[in-house]
Amino acid sequence: MTYDFFFNLTGSYVWADIIQSLLPLFIFILPFALFAVWLERKVSAHMQDRLGPMRVGKHGWLQTVADIIKLIQKEDIVAENNDKPLFNLAPVLVFVGTYAAFAAIPFSSAYIGSNIDLGVFFIVAVSSFVVAGILMAGWSSNNKYSLLGAMRSAAQIISYEIPTVLVIITIVMITGTLNLGTLSEMQTGHFWNWMIFGGPTFGLTKILLIPFMILAFGIIYTSTLAEVNRTPFDIPEAESELVSGYHTEYSGMKFAMFFLAEYANMFAVSAIVAALFFGGYQSPVGYLGNLFNIPWLVPVEQLFWFTAKGLFFVFVQMWLRWTLPRLRVDQLMQVCWKYLIPLAFVNLIVVGLLTLL
Amino acid sequence: MREYFNNIWTAVITILIGMKVTFKHLFVPAVTIQYPDVKPQLPERERNRLYVNMDDCIGCDQCARACPVDCITIETVKGLPGEDLGKTSNGKKKALWVTKFDIDFAKCCYCQLCVFPCPTECIYMTDTYEFSEFERNNLLYDFVTLTPEERLEKKANYEKYEAEKATEKAAAKTQPTNKTAETKE
Repeated sequence: MTYDFFFNLTGSYVWADIIQSLLPLFIFILPFALFAVWLERKVSAHMQDRLGPMRVGKHGWLQTVADIIKLIQKEDIVAENNDKPLFNLAPVLVFVGTYAAFAAIPFSSAYIGSNIDLGVFFIVAVSSFVVAGILMAGWSSNNKYSLLGAMRSAAQIISYEIPTVLVIITIVMITGTLNLGTLSEMQTGHFWNWMIFGGPTFGLTKILLIPFMILAFGIIYTSTLAEVNRTPFDIPEAESELVSGYHTEYSGMKFAMFFLAEYANMFAVSAIVAALFFGGYQSPVGYLGNLFNIPWLVPVEQLFWFTAKGLFFVFVQMWLRWTLPRLRVDQLMQVCWKYLIPLAFVNLIVVGLLTLL
Repeated sequence: MREYFNNIWTAVITILIGMKVTFKHLFVPAVTIQYPDVKPQLPERERNRLYVNMDDCIGCDQCARACPVDCITIETVKGLPGEDLGKTSNGKKKALWVTKFDIDFAKCCYCQLCVFPCPTECIYMTDTYEFSEFERNNLLYDFVTLTPEERLEKKANYEKYEAEKATEKAAAKTQPTNKTAETKE
């Protein structure tokens, strides 16, 4: 829908493509990252009975803008023994992996960057770029802490992709589609049509599915948390043992790129969880646009609901970060291989049997 | 097998308990004091920067002698006879011009020992604690109310008076008869 609009506006496929692909970056990722960094600091502060940033703007809401201005002005330090081409490429690659995932995320029925049939698969595949970028950053930094962080990160992200994918397969088995747009459309209506409540069909299967869906949600949320390197799975950038992991050697805008990628990634995984289990952009209660017969209002409301769901899961990620201590490396692998993967497999089989009912 | 599920159960339950605790703390009012805007209530007998009320100072040098780190330097000049130096607030007559009353806060250890001996209670602790400086010299506080010219003038006056007295004495020694007459006056 937005693509047609821009095509009519500019009369050129190239311009429409460019605008369409830059839209999420400028109207979504950048403002979101600025807001999320501020939110993170505020949430952490209030959970520890502090106030957090208060000086720049009311309750410090301009703090991250000030931080970005500072980061832009900073010197871009490249140490002598860094592997320069890789060192410069790594932050870009990390950001590209994150940004590419946004192409298939359904923000509303009117705006899906690219409505491809392999949506979820594409996101899982393309977000593996992040691993390559992180490993590249750690290796090219020529610093033992960076390399340790990068190695841990690679081990962690690759391990936790397995339970994520297993849960995605579970959902795909029920819905029969990998297209996130179609997936969201299927969960239309009210909140009881969401996948976490057994999907849009009615009957015995729906009720039987609910506990397994909740289990699946728990697994995918835990494993995506590990994929974006958030506490309690933040051993790749464990600041108390590894300085700050793979981005120790980075400064200025390159560091900002890592930061931006991390927060964009947080939203990306939250969006996937929301799209798979919580109806994507669908409103839980119905639309004002339908009520008052204003057709253009519906996509706007959908964008609101999608952002709200995504933000809620981002908030839960922050909440967990300030609640739980960091896991040890062996515990991290134990959680993945001994608990999440077997459970995800059992869940997959049980859900498969239930859908045959 | 049972241990396995127990582990999962404990993990989930303890995480939820932890999350409940942190969520409650989201609504606990912050303990932060917004320092430069809001200042903390200091205790009644806090010891901070010293202040000297020079109107009451009689230049007795007791505070300087009490100081364990010698951060107070006082120089005085005697007032000329007949010169009115004013009175302190507790009625004592002042006899000395205080031409130098320096406190070096870089040395001061805020022990308050100088405060107690003061007979006129003119040196005391204030509640100012924000007086950091970039130059150490700026921490040398001069409390004297006289202008530098006045100080020189007082010194010069006294020296002149002393010199006059000395010459008079010398003159009296040469003419001892005059001396008795002078003392009678």
